[in-house]
Amino acid sequence: MTGNALGGGFSNPPEQSARAFRAVLEAVSRPGTIWAVEGAAPPAPLSVAAGTVLLTLADGTTPVHLAGGADCQPVRDWITFHIGAPLVDARQAMFALGRWPDLLPLERFHPGDPDYPDRAATLIILTEDLANAGAKLTGPGIAQAAHLSLPDITAFQRNAAQFPLGLDFIFTAGDRVAAMLRSTKVEDAPCM
Amino acid sequence: MTDQAYNFAYLDEQTKRMIRRAILKGLAVPGYQVPFASREMPMPYGWGTGGVQVTAACLTPEDVLKVIDQGADDTTNAVSIRKFFQRTAGVRVTERTAEASVIQTRHRIPEAPLREGQILVYQVPIPEPLRFLEPREAETRKMHELEEYGLMHVKLYEDIARHGEIATSYAYPVKVEGRYVMDPSPIPKFDNPKLGDCPAIQLFGAGREQRIYAVPPYTKVESLDFEDHPFVASKAPHDCDLCGAGESYLDEVIIDDAGGRMFVCSDTDFCSGRQAAGHRGRFSPEGM
Repeated sequence: MTGNALGGGFSNPPEQSARAFRAVLEAVSRPGTIWAVEGAAPPAPLSVAAGTVLLTLADGTTPVHLAGGADCQPVRDWITFHIGAPLVDARQAMFALGRWPDLLPLERFHPGDPDYPDRAATLIILTEDLANAGAKLTGPGIAQAAHLSLPDITAFQRNAAQFPLGLDFIFTAGDRVAAMLRSTKVEDAPCM
Repeated sequence: MTDQAYNFAYLDEQTKRMIRRAILKGLAVPGYQVPFASREMPMPYGWGTGGVQVTAACLTPEDVLKVIDQGADDTTNAVSIRKFFQRTAGVRVTERTAEASVIQTRHRIPEAPLREGQILVYQVPIPEPLRFLEPREAETRKMHELEEYGLMHVKLYEDIARHGEIATSYAYPVKVEGRYVMDPSPIPKFDNPKLGDCPAIQLFGAGREQRIYAVPPYTKVESLDFEDHPFVASKAPHDCDLCGAGESYLDEVIIDDAGGRMFVCSDTDFCSGRQAAGHRGRFSPEGM
């Protein structure tokens, strides 16, 4: 374990995680809206937002899957020290972390059980940028329609078709988060 | 003054993370009851331990908290929970619906419209709408899984057969986003239309029964009914005797031994706001 793994956590966990959760709560309640979070300084390639979401939601009881470039020793050490989550393969993960192409195919992740749909995995996606442009989102949490720069359309449509089963997604870029749920309907919107 | 002997908002961080995960999954599957490891709280079951845990997991130091019990800010349950969070979280509190960012409620939705940025936390005694029809958890879980809600319609039908109308007046079952049938907690059915298409986030916590569920903002919530017996959001056919409001939900108060009674708004903030604005009812004190 390198010395860097010991830094980058919350300095005041009760208050920082409370504020971060509220941002995530708003993001999840209103799919497509973009919120700022702060507090964590995780090793690359994790963003401030990805690290903060992990510190806020994951712990020793939540198996985490690291995909692609996120599966590197500094990230493994940082999660082990700050969160203590078991690092597992995709099928067993409650949370998965990685870039969109590294997370595919989505069928690897657990979409919940018909009698316990809450047991579905949550994917934390590392992206470069988040913008309210592109794909059109409708569904619970959205008054009329929202727009979010999504990396894909059909994969999200297939996921939503499984409702009430399906995966939930938290997008992170820099210090910003946005979310999309299995209940969110996605359409391709012509560029404006 | 915050009591430094406690973690922020009383609960430990591990517990709050567990509750927060349950809340997020509840929002992802609107109306579905997410099991959670409810903790013992320093108050008895039935006094809002579920709501308190959800509120504790949501509060930030910047929040302004309002707590109501049957619409009132000044009853025992509301006062004690408000003091609990003043002491353990140091948050500001208010009785004004419009000023609050988090509202914990027992059995009412405030009269004033809610807005984005607010969270309404319900205290729930029995979260399972099918429980009094089917006592076995394994069976009700299967019924939700298969969307097998015929029994609930039979119950409403029996109401009509016996009373000539749907007599269920509180905890009136709703269907959320066309999928899960949900118990809106024992709010009067007068409040049911406010559940749907609400700009605020609505979270439900049942402590003893260990369930959390949620209705995201702008979500379709339909009260179950029949084409020939449509849902009616009923209230006592009177005006408030203190503020004269004709559109608010009323409590009936017996005022003497001769059958005298008065009707007052159950939402105390709404009623006092109207009185402060000069509205008067039948029993308003003279010369105010």
